[in-house]
Amino acid sequence: MSLISAQDLTKVYTLGELQVEALKSVSFTVEPSSFVSFVGPSGSGKTTLLNLVGCLDRPTSGSLTVAGADISSLSRREAADFRGKNLGFIFQDFNLMPVLTVYENVEYPLLVVQNVAAAERKERILSLLDTVDMLDQKDKYPDQISGGQKQRVAVARALVTNASLVLADEPTANLDSKTAFMVIDIMHKMKDELGVTFVFSTHDRKIVSEVETIYTLTDGMITGKAAGKGGRHV
Amino acid sequence: MFKLVKIAVRNLLRYKRRTLLTSSLIAVGVTFVLVFVSSSSAFKNLMISQITDSMLGHIQVHKQGYMASIDSLPLTLNLSPKNMKKLEKAINSAPGIEAFSPRIKFAGMFSNFMETTNIRINGVYPDKETAVAPLLPGRVKEGDKIIKKNEIFIPELLAKGMKVKLGDTIVIIATNRDGSVNGKQFKVGAVIESVTGPGGRDGYMHIDDAKELLRMEQLEISEIAIRLSDFDKLHNVRAGLMSALSEETNKAGKPIFDVRTWEDLSPFYNVARMIDIMTFFIKLMLIAIVLISVMNVMIMAIFERIREIGTMAAIGTKPGKILFLFLIEGFFLGVFGTIVGIIFTSLATYAINAVGVSFNFGRQVGLVLSPRLEMGQILLISGIVIVVSVLAALQPAFKASRMEPINALRHV
Ligand SMILES: Nc1ncnc2c1ncn2[C@@H]1O[C@H](COP(=O)(O)OP(=O)(O)O)[C@@H](O)[C@H]1O
Ligand SMILES: [Mg+2]
Repeated sequence: MSLISAQDLTKVYTLGELQVEALKSVSFTVEPSSFVSFVGPSGSGKTTLLNLVGCLDRPTSGSLTVAGADISSLSRREAADFRGKNLGFIFQDFNLMPVLTVYENVEYPLLVVQNVAAAERKERILSLLDTVDMLDQKDKYPDQISGGQKQRVAVARALVTNASLVLADEPTANLDSKTAFMVIDIMHKMKDELGVTFVFSTHDRKIVSEVETIYTLTDGMITGKAAGKGGRHV
Repeated sequence: MFKLVKIAVRNLLRYKRRTLLTSSLIAVGVTFVLVFVSSSSAFKNLMISQITDSMLGHIQVHKQGYMASIDSLPLTLNLSPKNMKKLEKAINSAPGIEAFSPRIKFAGMFSNFMETTNIRINGVYPDKETAVAPLLPGRVKEGDKIIKKNEIFIPELLAKGMKVKLGDTIVIIATNRDGSVNGKQFKVGAVIESVTGPGGRDGYMHIDDAKELLRMEQLEISEIAIRLSDFDKLHNVRAGLMSALSEETNKAGKPIFDVRTWEDLSPFYNVARMIDIMTFFIKLMLIAIVLISVMNVMIMAIFERIREIGTMAAIGTKPGKILFLFLIEGFFLGVFGTIVGIIFTSLATYAINAVGVSFNFGRQVGLVLSPRLEMGQILLISGIVIVVSVLAALQPAFKASRMEPINALRHV
């Protein structure tokens, strides 16, 4: 069964009199343990699409199933619960909590969202921090580390709850290309090791060669599907 | 839960200056209120004990109807020995009474053989009177501390006005209840200081002398002053005494005895009430200060942290937890302000006591104000401030918890 299955998704924003059709009948599927990207220029509907899949917003019409659940009409509370249990998020601006250390930022979803025993919690956090190569920085605060390091912490945070799907909206937009490749590489490595599905958006064609499946989004429509070379990490 | 507390505290520390400013505002408010409350209650209690302990007693019992004509000190409304027996029995059975003093009160003429003036006199049992009004001996400016037979204690104003000195012989002339006049010579045993309150300028003599002067065949008591072992139980004791006396009615079925607390007897009660009302309004002001400052700082904090809130929500933090996070911040602002406020207050009251602020009230001079921090007040004020802080955070926190994560995340 597909991890994500979207059928005829549309999203219309109403701005006063004006109706903005951000997504026009989008259909696609994403299989478990895959590495997928949506590429398109600014305004093409990438954020809108990821918000729908991420249970942060509801489609205007169409059906959307994620991890076996129909998420097109969840309540606020149900949506929060679903996100906490099934999804991981990586943001363009990293969005780490400034008052928490690297370690505590990774720990946060486990404490607030899920109840995991202390010993297991610690082990999971430390092993993830090790995988993203941030173990030696674990007691630093976000303002003491670089953008690339922050995004690696964010990757660890997105994975700590054993999410089956990680959504990343332009995760590399605020990184230089070398760091961007490194972050994509880490994401890819995690996908291979943990079997997690990554879906991310970008407007940067250069970095998508890493990806297995590339959807091209133009004006709210999927205008292309291609296979990438599927990673090159060493 | 513990984690949320940690996040809340760190966020407060993150905006150190603002947190400091808000909690110092709360601290200043708390200090102001606590110093006011402890000073005003010290003043009030000092005045009440001055009034009750130098003359009035805590509770007085008269015959029903006596109070209505107390200004003329009627001798026709006294309590007979039979009634006194009943009353003493009730006093002995009611709990919380430390001492009582029967008094014969009457108005007479005071003559130094050249001039005559009016005087109001209490005929008392010296030891009983001192037990009810322990400050009475202290009011003696010169002379004996204890009233002796054939002696009279006169207020200093009268002594001055009539140019009478200690040890002089004077005459008291009084009309008894039947209208016949009698006079008796007394030696001035003491000159006493006048005090505030009803009866503060009365003279004193032994009750046997009063009985003789008024040609009473049997002892008839005008008033019984009562002192309690615990002043705070005033109304309980009064109620106990009333119920013990509830059976005692006259032929018409009306109660014989009239039991009053100092509150009914002294006009200072109205001043005390005013002080309480002022205290109440000052507490209201404190609530307003805390409410506005905490709300203001929480609204700012939430506005600045919209994206953080959005992130927390997106990751799956439930609205209730976000609400709770900001309530904890409000709570700690209140707690921190309160603690600092209590420290300030301790210093301020220590300073007031060290400097020794004294004041005059009426004819009493050099009363020393000694405010003390009462645990009850501290707990009350702390409780109010902390609860109000949490309440002030409630509206902004609720707003934060209702934020849509996508809108919050888009916020710059
Ligand atoms: N909340 C919104 N209200 C109105 N229009 C919106 C809103 N969000 C996005 N849009 C519009 O929808 C379209 C797609 O936006 P978006 O999904 O953010 O694209 P991208 O992420 O690819 O830049 C754009 O035209 C944008 O202006
Ligand atoms: Mg976007």
